[in-house]
Amino acid sequence: MANAAKFDLTDDSVVVIVGSGSGGGVLANELAQKGVKVVTLEAGGRYLPEDYVNDEWESFGQLAWTDPRTTSGDWRVAKDFAGLPAWIVKAVGGTSIHWAGASLRFQEHEWKAKTNYGAVEGANLLDWPIDGAEMAQWYDKAEAKLGVTGVGGRPRLPGNSNYKVFEKGAKALGYKEVHTGNMAINSVEYDERMSCQQTGFCFQGCKWGAKWSAAYTDIPRGEATGNLEVRDHCHAARILHDDKGKVTGVEYFDKDGNLQMQKARLVCVAGNSFESPRLLLNSHSSMFPKGLANNSDQVGRNYMRHTTGSVYGVFEKPVHMWRGTTMAGIIRDEARHDPSRGFVGGYELETLSLGLPFMAAFLDPGAWGREFTTALDSYENMAGMWIVGEDMPQADNRVTLSETEDQFGLKVANVNFSDHPNDIAMRNHAYAVGQAIYKEVGATRTMPTSPYPSTHNLGTNRMSEKPEDGVVNKHGQSHDVANLFVSDGSQFTSGAAENPTLTIVALAIRQADHIASEMAAGNV
Amino acid sequence: MSQLSKQGLTRRALLSRAVAAGALAVAGAGFIAAPDAAWAVEVTHVSEHEMATLLQMARDIYPHDKVGDRFYAIAVKGYDSEEQKAAVAEGIAALDKAAKDAGFDTYLSAGWEDDRVAILRGIQETPFFQTVRGGLVTGLYNQKEVWPIFGYEGESFSQGGYINRGFDAIDWL
Repeated sequence: MANAAKFDLTDDSVVVIVGSGSGGGVLANELAQKGVKVVTLEAGGRYLPEDYVNDEWESFGQLAWTDPRTTSGDWRVAKDFAGLPAWIVKAVGGTSIHWAGASLRFQEHEWKAKTNYGAVEGANLLDWPIDGAEMAQWYDKAEAKLGVTGVGGRPRLPGNSNYKVFEKGAKALGYKEVHTGNMAINSVEYDERMSCQQTGFCFQGCKWGAKWSAAYTDIPRGEATGNLEVRDHCHAARILHDDKGKVTGVEYFDKDGNLQMQKARLVCVAGNSFESPRLLLNSHSSMFPKGLANNSDQVGRNYMRHTTGSVYGVFEKPVHMWRGTTMAGIIRDEARHDPSRGFVGGYELETLSLGLPFMAAFLDPGAWGREFTTALDSYENMAGMWIVGEDMPQADNRVTLSETEDQFGLKVANVNFSDHPNDIAMRNHAYAVGQAIYKEVGATRTMPTSPYPSTHNLGTNRMSEKPEDGVVNKHGQSHDVANLFVSDGSQFTSGAAENPTLTIVALAIRQADHIASEMAAGNV
Repeated sequence: MSQLSKQGLTRRALLSRAVAAGALAVAGAGFIAAPDAAWAVEVTHVSEHEMATLLQMARDIYPHDKVGDRFYAIAVKGYDSEEQKAAVAEGIAALDKAAKDAGFDTYLSAGWEDDRVAILRGIQETPFFQTVRGGLVTGLYNQKEVWPIFGYEGESFSQGGYINRGFDAIDWL
């Protein structure tokens, strides 16, 4: 950070980015590389690989966003983890510290969900205003940045024992597209980062730096340009605007709890799908009584979290699923759109493991007695997989302002979510497939496990062609406020079946290109 | 993780001072202990009966036959506090009342796990039960000393990960 910039609060030539994860962190670096001056406000602190802790609860205490949130709706998370709708990170680098590294491009049909899936009752489907052809070059850049395996001549990771069980069962059932994935985890040394040492604990921050995270790549590289200042422990409170409806700066609480105001030429919101709409809603004014950028009443709506769930299998002999890369294993055959299965869209199956402490907390929250404990008794003999599929956007699955306030007196996000029947049909299909896979390998017991607190949080400020259908346009620019952008997964129009980070990064690289050229042209 | 006090009591001394408290532990003045004196928990705020009942309750909620009582004792030891004692007294009294209604003198005097579990099912929606159960999720399973019993190895970074130590060593497929 020797060259890191320091900008005045009154400097109104800077771009202010709220959040420093896969969206905001990448955007900050990309803009800084182009000579744009950037101030990033990050609510969390700085942690680097040497700080990460390979202990599930201790790491959770170090990295997770545990500020208050509230929940409602019929999802089980609202009952079992009422104050913890998401397992995401509050730190410089955001959830790119925690993510598993799975880096998949959207399939072509997924960009046009409404067109390809047709009318789905109760769903609020919409086509993205962009498509795969538009995104191809940005995906190329994102994959090169992240060092994604299996593309660009980079070899795939070796499979661990958990993968070998998964692969054998999948192939026995006739699945064809089965491999160790496209992972932003180095299989060989790449971009000054070493290769994976098969340590496990991918979710707790990679202590080798083998997994890409903005925390130790884009952030320091952006700072090295002298164009980026990252202010950690700075919690954005509201975005201000002038009487012409252009944003002028961001009020935030600094690390001492004092309210500050950073002036800005342009503001980008990248606080994830809960904090980004919360910030816009908390920024209501007489000109924007429903919240900033919310003339459409779409801010906070269409919250998506992927149709998830896990399947664990117990075998006669040990698997040691926790050894090695957590999510290097995928079956893609069910990711297709094939309504004959009883649902639209598709799902991926990916290897997963939890350590004993988190398995106890998440296998069947609230359960007790021998049905539960005999499963844990076989922990050593377990294999695990995760379901990640496209869920339906619904208008009432939404983030609103809660009556609960945080430590700064700001209203927190309430997250309301209920499954769509399509989500349930997909999950049940995936549970059956997952259990069949393990039975093919001799599982003596299989467990279809409920979704955990969400890590894939999408929608809530969605992209739309028409202003009345969403919050931002095809560049992530607010339909209502020209110098306000959304730069995280909240701009997703639909969720697709793929883990979202690669697409968030590709969109951020593309957005940086757009913002820099619009600024140079004097349009914003 | 807190350690249990090793009081150095002999089994004979324990038995001569203690009254039998149930299947797991014996209780004496100010402590409960393993019948063989392998471990003991001092109690200063809650009664010996209450702590012994909590210990049995913990095992009945998350029964692992290979996990010794000392680990459950560590997990419930924190209830021996000024802040918790009223809730513990009320909760254990309600549990013993439920046991009496089911035909037992106390919860601890129900000799079969099935009978005790049936009693617990009747109170499982109470805040007391939920507090004890929720606390055990971390209080029991986050004890590093428990992990090897389940085969879980914890961190591996300090040993260079598993790249040369069997990440793909499954041999029975």
